[in-house]
Amino acid sequence: MEFVFDWEANEENIRELKIFIKENKGKKGALMAVLHKAQDLFGYLPIEVQRMISEELRIPLSEIYGVATFYSQFSLIPKGKYKIGICLGTACYVKGAQEILEKLKEVLGIDVGQTTPDKKFSIDATRCLGACGLAPVMMINDDVYGRLTVDDIEEIINKYK
Amino acid sequence: MGNVTITIDGQKVTVPQDYYIIQAAKEIGIDIPALCYDPNLEVAGACRLCLVEVEGWRKLETSCSTKVREGMVIYTESERVVNMRKEILQLLLDNHPNDCLTCQKAGECLLQQYAYRYDVKFREHDGARRPNYVDTSSPYILKDDSKCILCGKCVRTCAQVHDRKVLAFAGRGFDTRIVADGDFTLEESSCVSCNRCVVVCPVGALVDRRLLGKTRVWDSQIKGVKCKACDYGCNFEVISKKGKNIAVRAKAPSQGRPLCLKGRLTTEFIYLDEPETPYKKVNGKFVEASWKEALELDGIFEKLVEEEKKGVGAE
Amino acid sequence: MMTIQELNEIKERTLKTMELRLQKKDTGKHVLICGGPGCHSSNAGEIKEVFEEKIREKGLDDVKVTLAGCFGLCETGPNVEIYPEGIFYSRIKVEDIDKIVDSHLCKGEIVEELLYEGSIEDGNIKPVSEVDFYKKQVKIALRNCGIIDYENIDEYIALDGYQALAKVVLEMTPQEVIELMKEANLRGRGGAGFPAGRKWETAFKYPADQKYVICNADEGDPGAFMDRSILEGDPHSVLEAMAICGYAIGADQGFIYIRAEYPVAVHRLEVAIRQAREKGLLGKNIFGTDFNFDIELRLGAGAFVCGEGTALMESIEGKRGMPRPKIHRTAHRGLWGKPTIINNVETFANVPAIILKGADWFKSIGTEDSPGTKVFALGGKIKNTGLVEIPMGITLREIIFDIGGGIPNGKEFKAVQTGGPSGGCIPKEHLDTPVDFASLGKLGSIMGSGGMIVLDEDDCMVDIARFFLDFTVDESCGKCVPCREGTKRMLEILERIVNGEGTPEDLDRLESLAETITEGSLCGLGQTAANPVISTMKYFRDEYEAHVYEKRCPAGSCQALLEFFITEDCIGCTKCARNCPVSCIEGKVKERHVIDTGKCIKCGTCMEVCPVGAVIKR
Repeated sequence: MEFVFDWEANEENIRELKIFIKENKGKKGALMAVLHKAQDLFGYLPIEVQRMISEELRIPLSEIYGVATFYSQFSLIPKGKYKIGICLGTACYVKGAQEILEKLKEVLGIDVGQTTPDKKFSIDATRCLGACGLAPVMMINDDVYGRLTVDDIEEIINKYK
Repeated sequence: MGNVTITIDGQKVTVPQDYYIIQAAKEIGIDIPALCYDPNLEVAGACRLCLVEVEGWRKLETSCSTKVREGMVIYTESERVVNMRKEILQLLLDNHPNDCLTCQKAGECLLQQYAYRYDVKFREHDGARRPNYVDTSSPYILKDDSKCILCGKCVRTCAQVHDRKVLAFAGRGFDTRIVADGDFTLEESSCVSCNRCVVVCPVGALVDRRLLGKTRVWDSQIKGVKCKACDYGCNFEVISKKGKNIAVRAKAPSQGRPLCLKGRLTTEFIYLDEPETPYKKVNGKFVEASWKEALELDGIFEKLVEEEKKGVGAE
Repeated sequence: MMTIQELNEIKERTLKTMELRLQKKDTGKHVLICGGPGCHSSNAGEIKEVFEEKIREKGLDDVKVTLAGCFGLCETGPNVEIYPEGIFYSRIKVEDIDKIVDSHLCKGEIVEELLYEGSIEDGNIKPVSEVDFYKKQVKIALRNCGIIDYENIDEYIALDGYQALAKVVLEMTPQEVIELMKEANLRGRGGAGFPAGRKWETAFKYPADQKYVICNADEGDPGAFMDRSILEGDPHSVLEAMAICGYAIGADQGFIYIRAEYPVAVHRLEVAIRQAREKGLLGKNIFGTDFNFDIELRLGAGAFVCGEGTALMESIEGKRGMPRPKIHRTAHRGLWGKPTIINNVETFANVPAIILKGADWFKSIGTEDSPGTKVFALGGKIKNTGLVEIPMGITLREIIFDIGGGIPNGKEFKAVQTGGPSGGCIPKEHLDTPVDFASLGKLGSIMGSGGMIVLDEDDCMVDIARFFLDFTVDESCGKCVPCREGTKRMLEILERIVNGEGTPEDLDRLESLAETITEGSLCGLGQTAANPVISTMKYFRDEYEAHVYEKRCPAGSCQALLEFFITEDCIGCTKCARNCPVSCIEGKVKERHVIDTGKCIKCGTCMEVCPVGAVIKR
C-alpha cells in the first residue's frame, strides 16, 4: 500500500523538526536523535523527510536511509493511531505470547509490521519490554496490558475502535 | 617504526610492525583468500574468509585485521582453517545464483576462484535466497542484488569520495542490501557512474554494463592505459578481441582523483574502434548525448580534437 | 557547587524523614509503593494517588507515601509495604486501598486477606525481611531499590549517595581508585565477566586529549529487566559510578546508551541527571576540585546487537550499529576513536558500595572467582517471577526453588535458560551447580546479563532453540557471513524439525553450522548465537531425535506434530463431528467418535466444543 506524504498537512511538524535539527546540529552523532524526533512527529520516516534531514544535517541520504532501515523502531510506513506492541520476549513466549499474537492478527486482519487501511491500528512484535512479571504482555500506545489470555484480545481492541 | 619477524606456513618474514598478517603473507607470496579486504579501503573484517591460525591463540583470527607481533607463528592453510573456509564459502554459495555459465564476471570472480580452490560446490536446497532484483537503469553499471555477497567494498570505495557516498547498506541481517541513496535506482540516484564500485566488486553484483555480452575475459586481451581527460591520469583498461578494441573499463583511480565518467568516455572515445553512444544524466534521467556534450568539449578544443582524431570515429 | 559539608547536611536532614522505613522509629506509618517495571505498568501511580487522597481525607498527618523502585516480587504486583512493621501487601487494586487505610493505617490492624501469601507462616505474619523470597538475597546493586524515592536525590544522598564520589575526588588518586577496583575484582555484569578494574587501568594508561565513559543500558536479552529496575529505582547509583570511573581514567564526558523501549527509565534518568547537575554533583569542579564530569543520554532504536560494545559506539556516533573489527581495544580507541570505558548498569551500580566499604568487604561476598552478587530476573514457569540479587556461588536450585518458589501448577522442572540468546539451557541434573562465571560456562551456558527463564515439562527444547535462533536471525546485523547466513540456515533447519520435516542429516548440519558460527563470527553476538542450539542438543538430544525419527514432540508443544485423539470418555454426543470444519470426525450417536488424522487440520475446534473433555492432544 502506498502512503502519500502530505506536505501541507505536516507544515507545523516540519517546522518543529527543523527547529530540533538546528538545536542539535552541533552535537556529535545527532542523527539518531533527529530520526527519533521525526518518527515521533510524523509517525514514520517518509523519504521526503529523510531528504530534508540529509540537507539540514549535511549527511548523505544513503547514510540516513541505512540508519533508518537498520533500527527496528524506525519505520518507513505510517504506524497506526494505536500502535500495538506485543512482547515476544522469552518470558512472554513461554507463557503463550505467540497465541496472543495470532489472535491479534486475526482480529485486525493485518500481519506484524503492517497498518490497517484506516491507519487506526498497527502491530509490532516487540523485544522484551522488561515487564516479565506480567507476562504475556502487550502495549497499546502507552497502556500496558499484562497477564493476557487469548480471550481478552477482542474486548481490549474494541475499546479502541 | 620497527620491524618484527614472524613465521607464516614455515617461512620467516620480517615486516614493519604495523602490518596486518595478510600483508605480511603477501610479502612472501602467500595469498590468503579474502572477499572484503582491499589494501586501499578501511578494514571491515566481514567475510571471515581470511581467518588464520596463530600458534598459542585459542581462536582463529582474521588476517586482515590482526597486526603482526614478534615471534608469531601463523598457519594459513591448516586443516582447521581450510574447514572453516569451506563452510563459509558454502554459506555464500547457498545464497548465490548458480549462473556462472553466463555471468559476465566468470573468470574474474573471486567467489568462483575460491570455490574452485577449496572445492566447494553449489547444492540444492529450498532455503531463503537473496531477492532477485536487477537494476538495469544505468547504461554504465549493472547492479544485480541476487549476486551480492555484502562485502561492502562498493560502499567503502564510494564513501572515499567526499561528495559521493551514494551507496550504503540498508536493512539488517539476512535482509541487508546495498542501496543507492534512499533505495533509488542508479538512474534516479545521485550516482555519477564513475564505476569505482564496479572496480572493487569481487563478484558479479556490480558489472560494467557496456562490457556486457561483448566478450569473456579469457577470450580477450586487456591493456592498461592512463586516462587523458586530465593531468592526473586514472587507470583504465582497454579490452580487445580479435585485434579490435571493443570496450573500456575503469581500473583504478589515480592519486588525488576519484575516477569519473568524463574520463571513461574520453578513454572510450580515444581507444575504441566503435564507441557506443554516450549517455548523460539530466535531471535524474539518462539521455543520449553527443560526444561533444559527453566530453564537455567546446569551441577551439573541438577543432583540435577533430584534427587529431580524424578517422578514428568522431560523430 | 557542593561541598562535602553540604552533602553531609543533606544526608542528616533527609535521614530523619526516612527513619520509619529504615525501621529506626516506630511512631507514624510509611506506605511504600513499588514503582518497578511490572507494578508501574499495573497502575502503581494511581495507587499512590489514591492512598494520598484517602490519607488526606482521614487527616493522618504522620503517614507518608512514597513511590519507590522495584521490590523484586513482580509476580504479585502491584506491591505495597507498610513501615515500620514491614508488612507486605500484594496484588493491590484501587478498591483495596480504603480497607488498608481504614484498618491498618487508622487502627493498626493488619488486613490479612490482602497480605502477600508468603508472609503468613503457621498463622503468624512475617515482616517482609523474613519472607522466603527475600531471606537469601544480599543486596548491593539493588541496595536502594524499593527503599528510596527514585526521583529524590536527597534520599539517595541520605543512604550514603555521592559519598563515594566525594571520597574518590577528595582523598584518592586515580591510581588508588584503579588499584581498589582491581583488588575488589568486580567482574563485568553484562555478560563476559571481564574485570572492570583491569579495563579501567588500560584506559587510564593510554594518554589522550579526550576519553569517554559509557554506561551500556541497552538491556536487550529477552526476559531480562535487571538494568531497567536499577535505572528506574536507583538512577543516581549509576551516575555516581560513572563519575568515579571518569575520575579514575581521566574522562570528563559520559554517555548512557539506553534502549528506547524503556521510556520510564529514560525519564527517571533525565530527572536524575538534572538534579545531579543542579547540586553540582555533575558538571564543573565537582566538590571544589578541578575534576569535571557530565553525562548525556543517548537512545537506541531497537537493535539487540547494539549491546555489543563497538556496535553501541557506532550507534552513539549516529551510524548503523554494526560491530567493528577488533583491531584496537576500545579502552585505547573507542568512541570517536578515543579511549573509552564501557560497563553495564549493574556493574556500575556496584562501584560506589565497593569504594565506600572496601575490596575486602566485597570479596567476603560471593566466591573467589566471582566476588560479590548477581542480579537475576526470574521468569517463565516459576512461582515468584521477579528480580533477585544473590551472592555468587549459591546454587541454581536455591534460586529456583527456595527463592523462586519452584514450578507452579504442579508441573515438573525441565531446564533453566540463562544468558538469553547467547546462553544455554541447563537441565535438572545440574541444578546443584553454583552460580558463578566459570561454572555456568562449563555447562555451555553463560551468566549473561542475568535473565533466568525457567522451563517446565510442557516446553519443547527444540522449539526453545528455534525461538532463540529466530531472535538472533532477526537481530543479526548482517555484516559477517557466518552470523548472517549461518544463523538463517540454522533457523530453517530448526523450523523443519519442529514441523516434523527434519532429517537425520539435519542434526549433523546443525552441529557443523554451530561450529562455524561460533568460531567464525565477528562479534560476541555471532560467536554465542549457536549456544541455545548447542546446549539443547547436548542435554536434550533425545527430544531432537524424537522429532526427527518418530515425528513426535515429547513435550506435546509442537503443533505440527500433535494429533487430536478422542478418548474412551466420549459420550457420543456428535458435537465434535458437527463442528469439525473439514468433517473428519465420524461416529454414531452415543458411541465413541474417531478422528481421521489424515484429514484433520488441527484447528482444535473439537477439543473446544467437547462437553466432557474427551478430546486430547497427544
